[in-house]
Amino acid sequence: MRTPLAWLRRNLVVIAGLCTLAYLILPNLVVTVFSFNNPTGRFNYSWQEFSLEAWKDPCGVADLCGSLGLSLQIALWSTLGATALGTAIAFALVRYRFRARGAVNSLIFLPMAMPEIVMAASLLALFLNMGIELGFWTILIAHVMFCLSFVVAAVKARVLSMDPRLEEAARDLYAGPVQTFLRVTLPIAAPGIAAGALLSFALSFDDFIITNFNSGNTVTFPMFVWGSAQRGTPVQINVIGTAMFVIAVLVVLAGQMIGNRRKKAQTK
Amino acid sequence: MTATAEAPPQAPAAADPPVHKPSVRKRLVPYWLLLPGILWLLVFFVLPMIYQASTSVQTGSLEEGFQVTWHFQTYWDAFTEYYPQFLRSLLYAGTATVLCLLLGYPLAYLIAFKAGRWRNLLLILVIAPFFTSFLIRTLAWKTILADGGPVVGALNSLHVLDVTSWLGMTEGDRVLATPLAVVCGLTYNFLPFMILPLYTSLERIDTRLHEAAGDLYARPVTTFRKVTFPLSMPGVVSGTLLTFIPASGDYVNAELLGSTDTRMIGNVIQSQYLRILDYPTAAALSFILMAIVLIMVTIYIRRAGTEDLV
Repeated sequence: MRTPLAWLRRNLVVIAGLCTLAYLILPNLVVTVFSFNNPTGRFNYSWQEFSLEAWKDPCGVADLCGSLGLSLQIALWSTLGATALGTAIAFALVRYRFRARGAVNSLIFLPMAMPEIVMAASLLALFLNMGIELGFWTILIAHVMFCLSFVVAAVKARVLSMDPRLEEAARDLYAGPVQTFLRVTLPIAAPGIAAGALLSFALSFDDFIITNFNSGNTVTFPMFVWGSAQRGTPVQINVIGTAMFVIAVLVVLAGQMIGNRRKKAQTK
Repeated sequence: MTATAEAPPQAPAAADPPVHKPSVRKRLVPYWLLLPGILWLLVFFVLPMIYQASTSVQTGSLEEGFQVTWHFQTYWDAFTEYYPQFLRSLLYAGTATVLCLLLGYPLAYLIAFKAGRWRNLLLILVIAPFFTSFLIRTLAWKTILADGGPVVGALNSLHVLDVTSWLGMTEGDRVLATPLAVVCGLTYNFLPFMILPLYTSLERIDTRLHEAAGDLYARPVTTFRKVTFPLSMPGVVSGTLLTFIPASGDYVNAELLGSTDTRMIGNVIQSQYLRILDYPTAAALSFILMAIVLIMVTIYIRRAGTEDLV
């Protein structure tokens, strides 16, 4: 039965899986290839000729790098806010038994179980009714709100798998509550907190729907890309997209290598 | 006991044995930890919902201002006018969810059981596209599916487009600006949200169960049907929810890859709020969407839950 057909049948899962992976990666390849394009019209949808122009001057388009900086700034602040608030909630939920626990759990779950547009629209209804001017602050408020639940979920998962006896041991060794928290609890919970922070940074940086409703005239990077889809897409957008992809892969690979080295050091 | 827990500032009754009661200060700790975050959610998540509810029963115009007149008619009018868009949203989101499951399961399976030392690399490749703004990647689909491009050419020569045209998914020999393009974009955008939960639940399965099934003369297909798939149900449920819910409210794919014939309910809500400025109708529409999604999700979780037990 060593026919090609039998081989195909045995490796069906692998082939199907790799096809899906190709489907996932294909747009990134297109983005990368078209960052070297020299388009003739306003839009960068069809291949013309190879050019390094856009890579030499990524900020050559008006407002592009300004919007990028604004998005980074908002992502940074909302990550800080959501991580601080979310970590506190996660600890309260895992470590304490109190009366409103069920209600708090469902309040945290709801923002994740609702179409984003419903939250976006309701926030706009609030800001309109209160006469609050849309802009940087309303975006920040919205981003902290929807990132919060994801941080809670990430930190909760980590704290749940943590052995409470470690903290008891620290207390037995006469460590005060602050010392126990800083030297024992926090280091163990750190990977969960880092995962939550990373997730909320990515979510905030890439958010479009909620920002679209609550930004007024403020232009974040996704808003810039959205506008350019109507007015004409500069090649520089592809350059930024490619750079983001490469940086992300490098950061993740570096993290992996550090993790592996640590594991090896521990087993030695 | 419960009364003192409800009102934590009050000292416990004197009759309680002091040894088992933590101090009042200590019992307040969880509430202090919760306070800022919960307050944030109450003010910027719950309160907005209440405001939106009140907006949906207002009448008036932008010039004269809006008043709460308990005008529930808006809901009925909004629904009867826009039910095609509601149906289309559910249909597109549902199709995309099924496609995500069909496409995502083999990849999640491959990473969990067959990847070996490539596992981390494959996981990185699943997550990495996230870091290029999803709008940029969605725009890339415009290039991929361009009229007369290689993809459309290949689909055409394989007579795939004849079938999809017959199904009403495409028109003639183009893919852009048809339902197929929108569904393709939705599937693509939410695929990682399907793969990651599937992978997490598959990875937890003890591979010795597969060996046991093999020892009991189960063929691979039977092992999958009777062991692997039922055990991966938590991942299937959370994956389908994470795909279906955001897809049902999405308007980016319909806007960038579709045409006016493929408008989803998200597009309507967006233009009512931001362009037409008919706030009551927009608010009513987003509440109807929320209700539909919540009802469908509840029924689905019940069903999936019982299936899991069988």
